[in-house]
Amino acid sequence: MSKALEISNLNKTYKNGFTALNSVSLSVEQGDFFALLGANGAGKSTLIGIISSLVNKSAGDVSIHGFDLQTQRSEAKAMIGLVPQEFNFNVFEPVEEILLNQAGYYGVPRPEARIRAKQLLEQLELWDKRSSMASELSGGMKRRLMIARALIHRPKLLILDEPTAGVDIEIRRSMWDFLKQLNAAGITIILTTHYLEEAESLCRNIAIINKGDIVENTSMKSLLSRMQTQTFVLDLIDPLTVLPETDEFDIRLIDESTLEVELDKERSINRIFEVLNAHNIRVSSLRNKTNRLEELFINLVQESNTSLASAEVAA
Amino acid sequence: MTYQDQFTALKTILIKEIFRFTRIWVQTILPPAITMALYFVIFGKLIGGAIDTSASDGYSYIDYIVPGLIMMSVITNSYSNVVSSFYSAKYQGHIQELLVSPTPNLIILFGFIGGGVVRGLLVGMVVTIVSLFFTDMSVAHPFLTVLTLILTSVLFATAGLINAVYAKSFDDISIVPVFVLTPLTYLGGVFYSIKLLSPFWQTMSLVNPVLYMVNGFRYGILGVADINIYISLAIILVFSGILFSIAYFLLDKGVGIRN
Repeated sequence: MSKALEISNLNKTYKNGFTALNSVSLSVEQGDFFALLGANGAGKSTLIGIISSLVNKSAGDVSIHGFDLQTQRSEAKAMIGLVPQEFNFNVFEPVEEILLNQAGYYGVPRPEARIRAKQLLEQLELWDKRSSMASELSGGMKRRLMIARALIHRPKLLILDEPTAGVDIEIRRSMWDFLKQLNAAGITIILTTHYLEEAESLCRNIAIINKGDIVENTSMKSLLSRMQTQTFVLDLIDPLTVLPETDEFDIRLIDESTLEVELDKERSINRIFEVLNAHNIRVSSLRNKTNRLEELFINLVQESNTSLASAEVAA
Repeated sequence: MTYQDQFTALKTILIKEIFRFTRIWVQTILPPAITMALYFVIFGKLIGGAIDTSASDGYSYIDYIVPGLIMMSVITNSYSNVVSSFYSAKYQGHIQELLVSPTPNLIILFGFIGGGVVRGLLVGMVVTIVSLFFTDMSVAHPFLTVLTLILTSVLFATAGLINAVYAKSFDDISIVPVFVLTPLTYLGGVFYSIKLLSPFWQTMSLVNPVLYMVNGFRYGILGVADINIYISLAIILVFSGILFSIAYFLLDKGVGIRN
């Protein structure tokens, strides 16, 4: 079975000499929910731009569901649905018209396009707005319109570039559910996001890109298992002045009613409560200090930056 | 993409383009009708009688300028439709809807040019209807008239697309119409026969491509022209071919629309 996406030795150097991608190789299996993470300017948008034919590559190969983007361009493009970062529809067109036009560009006849548009607009709760101009939609509605537009030709690979940016929590959650349904129906999804909680809860595999290089490409499970310690923040019911003594984990007093505990991944979280109970300390709530993926992401990018800096010094 | 899919894509672009300019008909269809009516009143009725018509091959001045004025509206509207539509698509980013799709560049080109041609011909028709209030026009060579009109419209719609590809601001899409298109049109024999000019300026006028279009169209309607009709058609065809090839090359390379 061909890969949903296969990229080998992809390079992109812009006219001003800036190298955005440096021999990037990556593959995404069919049916995967894949996270592509990177800081701003890391090369994510350039990579997505090349896959979706909006950016010309300098060198390398891209194939989508076995179709080479260079030699079988039409077939390859028909496989992809793109939800870009910026709103890029005609704001002076009615919502339904935007979908019908997009379907037409993929050769979907208008009667069939109308059926699909109705279905998608209902699923994404935009049917009531079908006759409204796109400019009249709220930010969340515009994001959903872009998802509907990307799906109108029934692509096998959906690429979402920060789809939930600027969307409120309720709509974000409903978009997650919708994306999960799509993935369960067999659509491969590639997602870039700055909300690492989003990537952690949705994606099975992950690649991290930094300064045009892929610095990590593995499963989410395997990446998260690399965490050696986790830091928890505990809110206390009664104020505390003296810390309990223990050598099982590091414990710090942030203020008189907040503790921070760093626990080795080998140890059970229950030990924290056993120690605190023994000292008659009562806890009202507990949370992770930062998102686990966020910690790993920052570490990996910092390591990559350090090795790049060392390489530059050596050169 | 099958041929049927490509036809669906072409139809979609065309309908979208036609819907765009008809939705704002007050800005696109009405102004040329009013402007041309003023031309007919002022140059035709008010001062037309005082103008020397010795070079007009026996036609009154208003009859002589009608084909040129129709052609001028067709040129301006074919050009401005594509330049504004394509540049807006670039500016707002929705040209990407087409670029990510499997629609071939040739179909994109046909779609935008087709939109420009439809607007050019529609405005030409409106101006022709307006002109009937001022003249008793009959068409000497219907086939040549329509052929010249369509080819000229294609040529300027294509030129509009090339302008839009290179444009980086709204200023850039008005520079060519104001500083190039208008002078070429006004000096292209719309209001006069080049026989009225000195031999030097007659020769200079021959490098103006609009002269051939105006004269080709005038021959189609009146049966008289300063330039041989076949030379006119050949020049229009050559220019259309060159501009179409350039436009296709630019789209294929993604100039101005792909990084």
